[in-house]
Amino acid sequence: MSEGSQIRQWIIARAATWRTVVQNTALLRSQRHATVQEALTAVESYRALARDLATARRVAPNSRTTAGLESLYGQLHGVINRRPRAGIAAFRSLLSVDVPRAAHELRARIMSMALLMGISALAGWWLIETFPTLIGLFASDDMIEHVEQGHLWTEGIINIMPSSILSVSILANNIVVSVLAFCAGIFLGLGTLYLIAMNGLMLGAAFAFVHQHGLARALFEFIIAHGPVELSVICIAGAAGVTLGESIIRPTLDSRRDSFQACAHRVAPALLLCAVLLVGCGFIEGFISPDPTFPLASRITIGFGYWLIMWALLTGRLFLDKSPA
Amino acid sequence: MDAILETPSRNARRNNAASPFTMTDDQLTVHSVTGVDLTLSIAGPGTRSYAFVIDWHIRLLIACAWLLAAYYLFNVPLQLKTAGALWSVLPASIIYFLYHPVLEIAMHGRTPGKRMAGVRILSRDGGPPSVTALLIRNIFRLIDSLPATYMIGLVTCFMTANRVRIGDMAAGTLLVLDNTAAEESLARIEALAAGSQLPLDALELVDQVLQRWESLETGSRAQIARALLGRLEASAEPQALAALTALSDSDLRAKLQAHLSSREPAASHV
Repeated sequence: MSEGSQIRQWIIARAATWRTVVQNTALLRSQRHATVQEALTAVESYRALARDLATARRVAPNSRTTAGLESLYGQLHGVINRRPRAGIAAFRSLLSVDVPRAAHELRARIMSMALLMGISALAGWWLIETFPTLIGLFASDDMIEHVEQGHLWTEGIINIMPSSILSVSILANNIVVSVLAFCAGIFLGLGTLYLIAMNGLMLGAAFAFVHQHGLARALFEFIIAHGPVELSVICIAGAAGVTLGESIIRPTLDSRRDSFQACAHRVAPALLLCAVLLVGCGFIEGFISPDPTFPLASRITIGFGYWLIMWALLTGRLFLDKSPA
Repeated sequence: MDAILETPSRNARRNNAASPFTMTDDQLTVHSVTGVDLTLSIAGPGTRSYAFVIDWHIRLLIACAWLLAAYYLFNVPLQLKTAGALWSVLPASIIYFLYHPVLEIAMHGRTPGKRMAGVRILSRDGGPPSVTALLIRNIFRLIDSLPATYMIGLVTCFMTANRVRIGDMAAGTLLVLDNTAAEESLARIEALAAGSQLPLDALELVDQVLQRWESLETGSRAQIARALLGRLEASAEPQALAALTALSDSDLRAKLQAHLSSREPAASHV
């Protein structure tokens, strides 16, 4: 029998198996779970396919049959190596293990970012107290005009825009700022430092400006309900960004790229929590902060209560496993 | 960027036998437990851009369709500062901005655009990417899209060893080519092999030419068919070979078709 005939006979003999593997692989890819029997069959098919692929590579290296087997082998490899879907357990693990671990790793840098923001805020305050005309660098003409007329720019904002829309636009903006503070860490952490410093500078400048016009208390009342968590979250995102930059400058693994990737995966849970917290901040800023009927005590309670929830989430205290060991 | 993100030990690491994968510029080789390595072709900037452009059109069209439906069917105003925006602008924005993360997670590393372009996202170990990896990959779009039209992402793709953007580096993912056409050929090969005596390479070549017959220009396909038949019938009489030039388009096709279902051994390999 010629070699060509042998190959044909081999294909005819194996084709039915390949057909079954194609069907089973498509089925397994579409299913969320597989039975033990299905998993064992998949592993057995994987071994058989590996043998067939090795044969095909030897006898028909550039054929479409070999390419087809390569593709099928890759798909089955993906099915066998896919991560199990843990559902609620994965979510619990995220909150009780991953987020606290990320926050623990970031704690020193969170303090550094808070310090940087605080110093920048003081610098912004000093700048506007010393050179009041420089407020034009930090605030829009509209905002300056409002304050000079004795009103905060936030007054009556719910008459212009519904609270729901206001909340959504605020939370979207805050999430973008936080994500940007994190991602800017790719520029060796410098992008993140710049963003945090600028945020602090603007905050200090705004407070100094409204203080000059006797509106500091009004601004404090406006921000106290959402500010503690919002500013903390920006510091956490900044800390994650700086850590990312440091992973490139001082890699802890074989290559900078591996170190960068591992770092991004380690700190990502903290960033995810930040995004969720900012959704809450957006609703507080849209519904509570601009509403003049809310007394200061309620605002302070909401602000610090929400901050305590954030702290409990970051430390994992809300989801401690209370079951006996 | 690649120079920044890679240490001098990169090549040493790539050749590390303990590593579960080996990468060259355009290929990822995953060392499988079976001893037979899995080889995957890494998609280049062209394929990536093609997939992105398709996806961009899809999400833009769906978002615009939603806006039009909200305006004309439900009379919702399209102004941003009104309560109606919750039912018009907001869903359209969600469709536009969450298209990639949601679909990539739901479709296990693919989107309609990637499917059409024949690519999919894989983790560097050859397995499907995790949800965290896909989220990280999408978060970094913010940087990759700077300053406009994904300039940073595109430049990074051209400069990095495995043609990845910053989001892929952070997530540990790659875009690989999906050879679904080759997989489909597995379904046909049994019938072809059973019905013909041609060697495998000739069989696949004739089958491909016949499959593409209608899409080829008449002159080109006749030329290809004559060359193919000339080699398949190399041992035939010289007059029979000369007669090939006189055959019409449909005759050439029929003759190739006959080779696919021929029980007679072919005279020569292609």
